[in-house]
Amino acid sequence: MEPDNRFPPSSPEPSTGEPRNQAGTRIGLQLRLNQLIFDRELIVGDLDLSLVGGEITCLLGPSGVGKSSILKILAGFIPLPPESWIECSDGRPVTGRISYMDQHDLLLPWATVLENIVIGGRLRGESPDLARARELLHRVGLENWEGARPATLSGGMRQRVALARTLMDDSPIVLMDEPFSALDAITRFRLQGLAADLLKDKTVLLITHDPMEALRLGHTIHVLSGHPVTLSLPYSPDGPIPRDPADDALRHYYSEIMASLALATADTP
Amino acid sequence: MKLFRILITIGGLLLFWGAVTKIAELPKFILPSPLIVLMALIENAGLIAENALTTAVEIILGLVFGITFGMMSALAISAYHPVRQWVFPVLIASQAIPVFAVAPLLVLWLGYGIAPKVVMGTLIIYFPVTVGFLDGLNRTETAWLNLAGLLQQSHQRSRFANIYTLYRYIKIPFALPSLASGIRVAAAIAPIGAIVGEWVGSSSGLGFLMLHANARVQTDLMFASLLVLSLMAITLYYLVDHALRYILPWQPDKDTPAPS
Repeated sequence: MEPDNRFPPSSPEPSTGEPRNQAGTRIGLQLRLNQLIFDRELIVGDLDLSLVGGEITCLLGPSGVGKSSILKILAGFIPLPPESWIECSDGRPVTGRISYMDQHDLLLPWATVLENIVIGGRLRGESPDLARARELLHRVGLENWEGARPATLSGGMRQRVALARTLMDDSPIVLMDEPFSALDAITRFRLQGLAADLLKDKTVLLITHDPMEALRLGHTIHVLSGHPVTLSLPYSPDGPIPRDPADDALRHYYSEIMASLALATADTP
Repeated sequence: MKLFRILITIGGLLLFWGAVTKIAELPKFILPSPLIVLMALIENAGLIAENALTTAVEIILGLVFGITFGMMSALAISAYHPVRQWVFPVLIASQAIPVFAVAPLLVLWLGYGIAPKVVMGTLIIYFPVTVGFLDGLNRTETAWLNLAGLLQQSHQRSRFANIYTLYRYIKIPFALPSLASGIRVAAAIAPIGAIVGEWVGSSSGLGFLMLHANARVQTDLMFASLLVLSLMAITLYYLVDHALRYILPWQPDKDTPAPS
């Protein structure tokens, strides 16, 4: 839809009807950002972010710090600023290999749960893979709700549908913008576990303001602070995802991250 | 309960009307009593029904054409930038011309049949439908457009194909509630076109009958025709309203705030 200035005009991709699905491939991602200016204000300046292939990277920071801007640049919602670039570890463009999940479920109110999951295929004019959609519905535990309208579901269920839709294309890269922030504690906890399971082998960028969520899900955690925003050095707690937040080993990380966050909040106007 | 309230209101108004004619002793060619109007209605039932049918056909055809053209215009304006730049301003400016002023011209061009009335109705209905639908089409949530754009990222498809599916699956459904508001307004004002058209020049229709009765001081027949016309207009509005509610059961009325 919009001009894709993310890549030098190297290859117009001689497409040979290659499928979108590339399950199994782990793709690392490198973002080099040189000054994102919005309304004459420097939001992000001089930032390097790398996502390890097949792992979850968390960006943790207080609201209004510009976390979402970074994600939106990766997703292409904000055009890539000049002298910035995005590079995949396999050297191919990132276009068409990203799935996105928002804080709001963004479900279509008129469509059934099943139709909401296959909307990507519909928008591309393909005939939707209903079998795969049903399998995903089963995996998020909503197999009995495929004919329901979103308005009849609870917030947690709606977000599970959104998760299934995000996984439908099986893109190797998944961007998540505070996907569980609108949910109550228990529902959020369960969904984090489910997401960790379903996002295995995907390269994930997860934006959150919740240190617990970051510690539970993130292989790598960066704290964002300052104005313009800067990245902290990565925290990389051990242990398989999802981690148990009651784990003693995490306590040390928790206090360190909290201290870093407190500083970050003090910096923010 | 609602029906009860409506009946009370109608009964009260009729009583008041009757009382006024009785107390003021108005002659029946100035203000006939409800009873006289009712008798005129029964006496001329065949005549009124015949003319009401003409008017109903004009209204419905006007509604169909107005809604069809209105929807097509809104889609063209929304999807194709040059149309928005060149045609939309003309459309807005055209609304400065009172449709009633055009009525004699339409009769001159199209004769005394139902054609000029249908055109009048179409002209009146076209604008609210266009504006309502266009407003809805332009207000698709940015978050959804972003997501749809991402879902469509693929190398194979033409821009046109992407726009088509974007409208088909996202933009048009999101705009339907706004279109419905436009159609409700259209249904409420649809009879105006037909009646004005009939006043300017016609050989049948309720407007024609009223004008005819007025000239012969058959005030009771005038009132009877007016009554039938009002009933037609109200029925039309409620039918359209109910149909729209039935078609759009998910319509976010007021409770669910849209995602931002």
